[in-house]
Amino acid sequence: MERSWGRAKGAFAAVFAPPALFLLAFFLVPMGIVWAFSFGENAGLTAIAVTGTLDNYARALSPLYLGILWKSAWIAALTTLGCLVLGLPAAVAIAFARGRAKAWLLVLVMLPFWTNLLIRTYALIAVLREEGLANQTLKGLWSLLAWALAGAGLHPPPFRALELLHNNTAVVIGLVYVHLPFMVLPIYASLERMDRSLLEASLDLGAGPWRALWDVALPLAMPGIASGVLITFVPAAGDFLTPDLLGGTRSQMIANVIERQFKRANDWPFGAALSFLLMYLTFAAVAGRALMAGRKAARR
Amino acid sequence: MVRGRLGRRSLLKALGAAAVGISVGGLDGCGPGTGRGRAGGEAPRLNVYNWDTYIGRTTLADFRAATGVDVNMSLFATNDELFAKLRAGNPGFDVIVPSDEFVQRMIAADMLEPLDHARIPNFRNVAPGFQDAGFDPGRRYSMPYTWLATGIGYRKSRVDGVPDSWKWLFDSDRYKDRIALISESADVIRLGAKYLGHPIRGVTPELCRQVEQMLIRQKPNIRVFHDDNGQDLLLQGEVDVVMEYNGDIAQVMRSDPDLDFVIPREGSLLNSDCLAIPKGAPRPGNAHAFINYLLDARAGAEISRTILYPTPNAAARALMPASYRDDPVIFPPQAELARCEYGVYEGARTQQMFEEAMTRIRAA
Repeated sequence: MERSWGRAKGAFAAVFAPPALFLLAFFLVPMGIVWAFSFGENAGLTAIAVTGTLDNYARALSPLYLGILWKSAWIAALTTLGCLVLGLPAAVAIAFARGRAKAWLLVLVMLPFWTNLLIRTYALIAVLREEGLANQTLKGLWSLLAWALAGAGLHPPPFRALELLHNNTAVVIGLVYVHLPFMVLPIYASLERMDRSLLEASLDLGAGPWRALWDVALPLAMPGIASGVLITFVPAAGDFLTPDLLGGTRSQMIANVIERQFKRANDWPFGAALSFLLMYLTFAAVAGRALMAGRKAARR
Repeated sequence: MVRGRLGRRSLLKALGAAAVGISVGGLDGCGPGTGRGRAGGEAPRLNVYNWDTYIGRTTLADFRAATGVDVNMSLFATNDELFAKLRAGNPGFDVIVPSDEFVQRMIAADMLEPLDHARIPNFRNVAPGFQDAGFDPGRRYSMPYTWLATGIGYRKSRVDGVPDSWKWLFDSDRYKDRIALISESADVIRLGAKYLGHPIRGVTPELCRQVEQMLIRQKPNIRVFHDDNGQDLLLQGEVDVVMEYNGDIAQVMRSDPDLDFVIPREGSLLNSDCLAIPKGAPRPGNAHAFINYLLDARAGAEISRTILYPTPNAAARALMPASYRDDPVIFPPQAELARCEYGVYEGARTQQMFEEAMTRIRAA
């Protein structure tokens, strides 16, 4: 007779209690406090009176902040697309690599995690800045070309450094770079779980390798792709470090505004309302996705 | 990028300097008879919360040798961080180093302990101009530690003459895409008002709106709103004119002679970093002894030698070599300083007005 381990009440409680307590003490209670702040007013320089006011939300829903939110969503969407375009082939390659090669490729995906995010972002600055690695390389290639063309009597204009840093492109590059592993790993995991005999069957039945990948492997990897999209999009939309360091004057994202409310503006209630607005939208997106997945499952 | 020195507000800030506690010396050195500086039977320890690279190389060891008190120093990167940390109650700091407007703000929020001037005899070393301050009348809560002037740092070979007007930053496309402004909203808006011929204090909502319009017009010409790392952007050739503090530019000028600094002719904003004792400090006796020690002439000179910021300590400045004493960037000429003002903290509402104006500028 099969017995569910989860029914063994004592053991289950012993395992479940510590994480539940942790979640309560370090996540739910602090979040609850911040949530309460979002209905409060500044009552002096350090005190917040929770009065149940909706003013903070009214201000957060003004066109100014909705516009910034929309822009953040756009940047996050571009980031997610970039991660998908780069991450999907990488995940496929890793999933179908053999033995040792696969282990090494996985290590390479994880490697960036061994370095602090900030150090990686500063490294990216060193690559992208005007006298950085990217421009120096281009400059070298350009002068080589100019030298070759000079032999043919042509004189191209002198090299002009590309402005790679301090703009929205730099922000998207930085966000793609940071979030790529979060896209690769879930897709890889779903491909890894896939029943390989299905692929073999499609090949036996005359599908080419591309067709097998596109019509068989990809649909089976969809759950991985969906969770990859979600865990790339959500943190990218709430990122503030990357736009702060790599962005220019047009790269303000919603989390930059939130950070300033908690620090410079010393306006915690409004910062809390903006944070929770972002959170409500995230919840809505996750719930929407769950609903869609549920419908699909019901149709089958 | 190899740099000998980091500005007090630069890289380490981003690295979360606050998390780093630097402890100098062990507890072994305090035998009997070394308790000269101690008061009220306090343990020979002291917790200081300071900016990064903002103390003399040997200052803490010297203080321990003189008094037997061990200093544990933690670092913050912005006044906002300092304020946020103490907002919910003092976590155990004895001495903090807030800037002038935050001194005022913390006095208003009842976060500072009044100082006992009888225990700080070295206050007489302070230059007369710093013995009183608008943000802390009678210096009841704070002692001057350094001061700073905001101005324009620039690359000599890339500008015409001396860019001695805020116009070049706020209202001109001459240096299109080569301009960096500081991201401190209050500073930008108030200096915009100064450029338009108004005083730094008492910016009205209409004037704020006017400055906002000007900066939105100017925005396509601005490369970046920097986070107090303007000196790095200038040094790396990322921009040619930058709004920055004189001390930060003085530091990078040592590694690149093509850089210089000017206080615009319209005048500018002065800041002063101060020593203060937060409410609830566990060892106020040691704190007073430490503040008094930092205002000592020799100790002050040791600090200035390391950090290269202008000192308000006349006795310490007298002990410094001419290369520091007469550096026009570190100590701008009196005529230029006369056009500058200290900022005043004008309340949460004004601060939020500046902040929202900046959010609109950035979103435009």
